[in-house]
Amino acid sequence: MASLKDLRMKIVSVKSTRKITSAMKMVAASKLRRAQTAAEAARPFAERMERMLGTLAASLAGQSGAPRMLTGTGADKVHLLVAVTADRGLCGGFNSSIVRATKAMAADLLKQGKIVKIMPVGRKAREQLRRDYGQYMIEGFEQLGRKGIVFAEADQVAAQISAMFDGEEFDVCTVVYNKFKSAIAQEVTRQQVIPFPVPELAAKSDTGPKAIYEFEPGEEEILAEILPRNLATQMFRALLESQASEQGARMTAMDNATRNAGDMINALAIKYNRSRQAQITKELIEIISGAEAL
Amino acid sequence: MADKIQFELVSPAKLLVSSKVDMVVVPGGEGDFGALALHAPMITTVRPGVIDIHDGGKVSSSIFVAGGFAEVNEERITVLAEEAIPVGELTAELAEARKQAAREALDDASNEREKAHAQRLVLIAEAMAAAVG
Repeated sequence: MASLKDLRMKIVSVKSTRKITSAMKMVAASKLRRAQTAAEAARPFAERMERMLGTLAASLAGQSGAPRMLTGTGADKVHLLVAVTADRGLCGGFNSSIVRATKAMAADLLKQGKIVKIMPVGRKAREQLRRDYGQYMIEGFEQLGRKGIVFAEADQVAAQISAMFDGEEFDVCTVVYNKFKSAIAQEVTRQQVIPFPVPELAAKSDTGPKAIYEFEPGEEEILAEILPRNLATQMFRALLESQASEQGARMTAMDNATRNAGDMINALAIKYNRSRQAQITKELIEIISGAEAL
Repeated sequence: MADKIQFELVSPAKLLVSSKVDMVVVPGGEGDFGALALHAPMITTVRPGVIDIHDGGKVSSSIFVAGGFAEVNEERITVLAEEAIPVGELTAELAEARKQAAREALDDASNEREKAHAQRLVLIAEAMAAAVG
């Protein structure tokens, strides 16, 4: 049985843990608000770019001159998986759910005889995937968005991906990231970015006699410019969503940890009080029986 | 006076401008163009330069953009810009510093892709300097 002193020390230690987790929870809550606003503010750009792409793709549909980033290389052999996680842990299942999804996808593709390359974005992705899939790993990115994600960072990632695509190092690129649903829920999302799936909008605009657009310079030139931009935009969106999800996940995890610490403190306090009472009773009995013996 | 046109300027980080104006002059990829209401539908590239917003018979504001895309139709013009700064906030020093950095990047460029990227930066910085001056 633990001595009273041990119990007292344990209570103190759990209390300080609770202080830390509740502080982390509050920090995550304030960061979450900021990340959420950033993710929402970025939506109009992505929406309009998608609309523009849809119009372009619709007017180019069926023509042979479409850029490869839209149509693909024609092959389906080499897959690039971009796993987006956080740099830090203590956020519940946030990182491991991405890692699990990536592993499942990689295993599935390998079984089909495809070649897999994994680009980790975020320290946790690299660390957790290294053991089992180290040989498929290529250079990735870390420490993104320390002061909030900026577009230039997404652009960097996109530039790396499109350089690889131009070098014919892969055929299909899929981004795996956590989509922000609410502060307590994230959804693991697999989004194919190359070849870019033409937005559904394009299909819709085919049905109605919509305005016929003029293109300056030409459809192909604009597409060739807009597709790499679109890749950056998609990456930007994924990074922002992931950032918001991370803070949400951390907030929930820390909230749970704080509550658990509270429960533990209560249990320990009861145990402490009982032991103390037992000791007092024991001493009293000793004194009384000592007095009676005289 | 004809109807006004809805002008939207969007950067990746946020929706910068959304207002009804008389006319917008945009530096298009193949020359500047003015967009009024009932403009023919068009999609074009935008080169680095200054967008002038005309309202009430004068230029109500000017915004520098570092290139992007524009979509015009009868009632709306949408400009997607990677970077947008009101001309009033530009300074010669900023433009000069960017030009310097871009030139250095161009010198350091080791492959075609980096070179092209640096060249684009130089163009942006030069357009910025022109906007200030």
